[in-house]
Amino acid sequence: MGLLSNLKKIFTGSKPEKSEASPEAVIVPEPVMVPESVTVPKVMPEEKPVVKPSDVKVEKKPEIQEMEEKPVAEKITIGHVHMSGCTGCLVSLADNYEGLFTLLDNYADLNYCLTLADVRDIPKMDVALVEGSVCINDPHSVEDIKKARRNATIVVALGSCAAYGNITRFARGGQWNQPQHENYVPIGDLINVDVYLPACPPSPESIKNVAVMAYLLLRGSDEQKELAAAYLKPLMDLAQRGTDACGCDLMFDVINQGLCMGCGTCVATCPVRAITMSYGKPNIDCDLCIKCGACYAQCPRSFFNFDVMNQFEAIGEAIDAAMGKGDE
Amino acid sequence: MVLGNYKNCVSARAADPSIRSASQDGGIVTQLFAFALEEGIIDGAVVAGQGDEPYNPEPVVATTVAELMEARGTRYTICPNMSMIKEATRSYGLDKVGIVGTPCQIQAIRKAQLYPMGMRSVGSKVALAIGIFCMENFSYQSLETMVEDLCNVKMESAAKMDIGKGKFSVYTSRGAVSQIPLKLTHKFEQPGCHVCLDYVANLADVSTGSVGSPDGWSTVFTRTKAGETIWGKAIEAGYFETKPIADVKPGLDLVTKLATEKITKNQKHLDERATFGVDKGLRNPYI
Ligand SMILES: Cc1cc2nc3c(=O)[nH]c(=O)nc-3n(C[C@H](O)[C@H](O)[C@H](O)COP(=O)(O)OP(=O)(O)OC[C@H]3O[C@@H](n4cnc5c(N)ncnc54)[C@H](O)[C@@H]3O)c2cc1C
Ligand code: SF4
Ligand code: SF4
Ligand code: SF4
Repeated sequence: MGLLSNLKKIFTGSKPEKSEASPEAVIVPEPVMVPESVTVPKVMPEEKPVVKPSDVKVEKKPEIQEMEEKPVAEKITIGHVHMSGCTGCLVSLADNYEGLFTLLDNYADLNYCLTLADVRDIPKMDVALVEGSVCINDPHSVEDIKKARRNATIVVALGSCAAYGNITRFARGGQWNQPQHENYVPIGDLINVDVYLPACPPSPESIKNVAVMAYLLLRGSDEQKELAAAYLKPLMDLAQRGTDACGCDLMFDVINQGLCMGCGTCVATCPVRAITMSYGKPNIDCDLCIKCGACYAQCPRSFFNFDVMNQFEAIGEAIDAAMGKGDE
Repeated sequence: MVLGNYKNCVSARAADPSIRSASQDGGIVTQLFAFALEEGIIDGAVVAGQGDEPYNPEPVVATTVAELMEARGTRYTICPNMSMIKEATRSYGLDKVGIVGTPCQIQAIRKAQLYPMGMRSVGSKVALAIGIFCMENFSYQSLETMVEDLCNVKMESAAKMDIGKGKFSVYTSRGAVSQIPLKLTHKFEQPGCHVCLDYVANLADVSTGSVGSPDGWSTVFTRTKAGETIWGKAIEAGYFETKPIADVKPGLDLVTKLATEKITKNQKHLDERATFGVDKGLRNPYI
């Protein structure tokens, strides 16, 4: 179910469950193998077309065909599944600007996206980026989220509405022109979610990083897979942690646990300025809090994976290189 | 690797005596930010400003050398510098930001760069992160107790506080020194520091502290390409006096010893937390 079995499939090819006789196969897999220290491999697409999006002339159809044919086999497919959200997460994805084109040129085909791709039904895809929560009063939405789960290898809750309900938690119905739509749940209440990317909205950079890591996980060398698995693990753990969030998480899971050291990251993270520091610890104004979960996710004491963080410079450079930015 | 990855390590101090006059150690932080500001390497830096109460700092975005000078010196209490990092890029509109912080705050920056969920347009604008060595920190009320009750000095008459050679020392504006053994301060430490596994700001661009170098000098590690480049330019421009770390006493051995002690002690604490209750433990942020 979910990423684990799919991961196995990806790693082992098409013969996953059969080799039960061998002792290794019986070992219950850890959630994701995280190596002691991961070395950062250079990320480069096999064949990179040197054509900028602006160079593509629509009249020259055959040329476009040619350009797209080579890397297509290497690319992963990503879909954007729009549930009840404000489209801010999609805008954030698009706000990668030329980075978005690099992503789409070299790494991913956007094979489903109501706003940007002309496809009506949710197709099979490697990664579903789901934005928004599910309105349980709308059978179509419920059907769509189930279909997304069935058709996607990896489901990412893109943004806080998908992950935690966020602002849609406050919905009470009564809005034109669907006044009966009043109950919204995070997608994790209805389906298994593999990766959380909370925040309202998650920054363009964070979406880019996760997209590159998803590509490496699915198409990279063994070394790259290791790095990507280590990178994604905390976001997978967040997905296992639960479907509700509040600034109170800082109290319960950081301060009360004796982990807060007063860095103030949570304050900078909060999109509604609900957090202030008082004598070195955060205070949360729960009336302002929109339940986005960003503060907890961003807090260095919610998760801090040294195996990845210790290589921040190399990973940053590798992602930049993958995105076609030279290291000046 | 208790000292983290680094490219170079030297003992150094600011060449400008007017910076050193009120800096904590060799004036590395203030001098390097001032240099970076003058050279346009940064547009401003998040530092520990003076705040309303004596020795209770508040993060400020310094955009002038005068503001950097105002913020010199160590305050042994929490200054949530990360709380201003987004503000610096938004309200202040800075494209190239400097920030000084304890190792935990530098960790927060790197997480904000690698997992920038709620940190839009922040990560790429951090141009110079200077880390300061840190063994532990104290809540303001703890610091007040240590200074006023144990050292018998009013907070407002303290001119400098320092931890070194096993003592917590308070220097008053009238020239007196009041010292207590560091041992007496341990119980006042911030609990969050007891799970901290970084002594010398392993993830900074440049990190610095007093330990390892003679009085008035600082130990400086350059760690990243950016840190190495900026430090190199500052040296070339004559902003720092340096000595090879191998030539000074007590040198890197002491830094290594203290770093090992801190990490070993706190790793043990983390292990104990795992079995804190009966079949129940406390959360470990590193797994
Ligand atoms: C809590 C704490 C514990 C420390 N423990 C050690 C130690 O065990 N061993 C060691 O060698 N060094 C330690 N240091 C570092 C040392 O005290 C000096 O800050 C460091 O050597 C820099 O001195 P300087 O002369 O280069 O900097 P200066 O030019 O004096 O500038 C210091 C800079 O640090 C900033 N700052 C001051 N207080 C804080 C704070 N609480 N949080 C964030 N930024 C602050 C100031 O705004 C200023 O920009 C500690 C510092 C702190 C804050
Ligand atoms: S981000 Fe975490 S550690 Fe930092 S002040 Fe907030 S709750 Fe404390
Ligand atoms: S306090 Fe702010 S960042 Fe935290 S969950 Fe609430 S709205 Fe989100
Ligand atoms: S000991 Fe660690 S957690 Fe505590 S202030 Fe220093 S760097 Fe931060």
